[in-house]
Amino acid sequence: MPSNKSVSDAPIVQFTNCRILREHRLQREDLWVREGKILNPEKLFFDEKGSADVQLDCKDSIIAPGFIDVQINGGFGVDFSLATDDFKSGIDLVSQKILSHGVTSFCPTLVTSPPSVYHQVLPQISVRNGGAHGAGVLGAHLEGPFISKEKKGAHPEHCLRTFEAGAFQDLLATYGSLDCVQIVTLAPEMRRSSEVIRELAKRGICVSLGHSVANLSQAEEAVQHGATFITHLFNAMLPFHHRDPGIVGLLTSDKIPAGRRVFYGMISDGIHTNPAALRIAHRAHPKGLVLVTDAIAGMGLAPGRHTLGQQVVEIDGLNTYIAGTKTLSGSVATMDTCVRHFQEATGCSVETALEAASLHPAQLLGIEHKKGTLDYDSDADFLMLNDSLYVQATYIAGEEVWRQDVLGM
Amino acid sequence: MKLIILENYSQASEWAAKYIRNRIVQFGPGPGRFFTLGLPTGLPRDHPESYHSFMWNNFFKHIDISPENVHILDGNAPDLQAECDAFEEKIKAAGGIELFVGGIGPDGHIAFNEPGSSLVSRTRVKTLAMDTILANARFFDGDLSKVPTMALTVGVGTVMDAREVMILIMGAHKAFALYKAIEDGVNHMWTVSAFQQHPNTVFVCDEDATLELKVKTVKYFKGLMMVHNKLVEPLYSMKEMGAERSQSKKPYSD
Repeated sequence: MPSNKSVSDAPIVQFTNCRILREHRLQREDLWVREGKILNPEKLFFDEKGSADVQLDCKDSIIAPGFIDVQINGGFGVDFSLATDDFKSGIDLVSQKILSHGVTSFCPTLVTSPPSVYHQVLPQISVRNGGAHGAGVLGAHLEGPFISKEKKGAHPEHCLRTFEAGAFQDLLATYGSLDCVQIVTLAPEMRRSSEVIRELAKRGICVSLGHSVANLSQAEEAVQHGATFITHLFNAMLPFHHRDPGIVGLLTSDKIPAGRRVFYGMISDGIHTNPAALRIAHRAHPKGLVLVTDAIAGMGLAPGRHTLGQQVVEIDGLNTYIAGTKTLSGSVATMDTCVRHFQEATGCSVETALEAASLHPAQLLGIEHKKGTLDYDSDADFLMLNDSLYVQATYIAGEEVWRQDVLGM
Repeated sequence: MKLIILENYSQASEWAAKYIRNRIVQFGPGPGRFFTLGLPTGLPRDHPESYHSFMWNNFFKHIDISPENVHILDGNAPDLQAECDAFEEKIKAAGGIELFVGGIGPDGHIAFNEPGSSLVSRTRVKTLAMDTILANARFFDGDLSKVPTMALTVGVGTVMDAREVMILIMGAHKAFALYKAIEDGVNHMWTVSAFQQHPNTVFVCDEDATLELKVKTVKYFKGLMMVHNKLVEPLYSMKEMGAERSQSKKPYSD
């Protein structure tokens, strides 16, 4: 019904008959949206004397904030580490396709590449809002080349670099520009990494530790200088040892600066991490767990051979290896599969599983005031899911951008 | 007075809800308005303990009431007495209160008309008794300094002007107040007793609230429950909604 809306004339949509994830629990409440943001209905009622223009019955769905994937190397045949002529349309394709996985914001990730690739590709990545065209781009995640030779995983050895010569200047020269970079993964045991970490943190770039043979004190030092994330915990780092827990020890370290939290990415596709290890990490530090897909170009496509930057990757079912080896390289998991697998493997609550893919990545990137929650005045990026956590519909800025076909396609 | 005694809190609440539903239907839609009252001053509107939040979370958000029909005394108005006077005017303009629904405090107060309030008072600013402040402390994490000390409230006289008054009294801690309200005399120390002089009052309570009453009183009114329960029967089936409206039953009177 029309009403006196002193603040804005924009239509108000009220989503009813749903359970929304708010304040860490599923509550039976309505979700109100106006102008792409979550609206406070009490203020609307008393201050503006307004009411809803449209009421939508959500048929008892769960409404959760949209998922945020901070490590995705490509998908559907697109490889973010390949400098092609139609790179931009590649980003567009992936951002559009991942809407059906519940991802509303993501960080296109580049694996270790020669400087020419960075110089060509990075200027083509721009931070932009999501919408009907696809998920929003939060900025690039640069995984390498300043990583350890011993833990390079699927990254090409000939492109690895160190900070020996010019530290931060070296990094700038390698990447070309840091304008749209959101996250950088590096190995903290490298000499002069502390200065680099400090410089990156000063610029608001999230520093992540990964592909490294650092011991715990080196990792703690990195955190003290500003590192806040661990790239795919357990993978490409020294295994946990009871006398030197290595990077894994950050989960329970007592040397983390006050007020800061260390987050860690987990690829919960059932392959990268044994469920028991996943449970250990989750129980040790539940509030730091960030679900990532680390998906590669082959995600969403039939099994076979695909590229990952300078390497060729073979996909067989859910396993993705460097062609001819048993070295894992990325995954073909989708974010919603990861959420479901995480919930099953840990037996955690639905709320916890959903927050690991929405609230925690938002907190990692310092954007939780507008993304990753359904708090009033946040961006209205949200999902409708059924009780088994299958995405039924995806909304960005309050508009429906994807809906599950009745035929389930 | 009709004294309705139900076994427990939920049954009493349900009876009261059905009664109100019937009265709303009888009143007819049209320009029917709801007034809500009794608001501690000094609390910002979106404070979780403000009456605005309480009414929103417990009532308004569950129904389709239009916001223009909600009138809550604004404890943050610049001129509090003017706010109170305006409230009285709004009541008059709406044609007077058809049904007033309220509870009582353990000290027998109605709305915030604490002991000693004039029985002919109107809507005004009232200082709260220590008992009330203590009772409200639980909403402020037990911190007494945070509890508001004044409230805007409708007066006893304002409520007496309503055509019908319904008071809900639950729990053993209200038992003495109920006794003072209906078995003793009219007294400004127990302001609810003023309704003994109102032609049309309904008191709804649970068993525990009757603990201070004479057995004779309780037996008498329990004996009338068969008749009183007719007041909460559905007025018409949902299917026959249109036709029967004009033939709705008149309320039973004493």
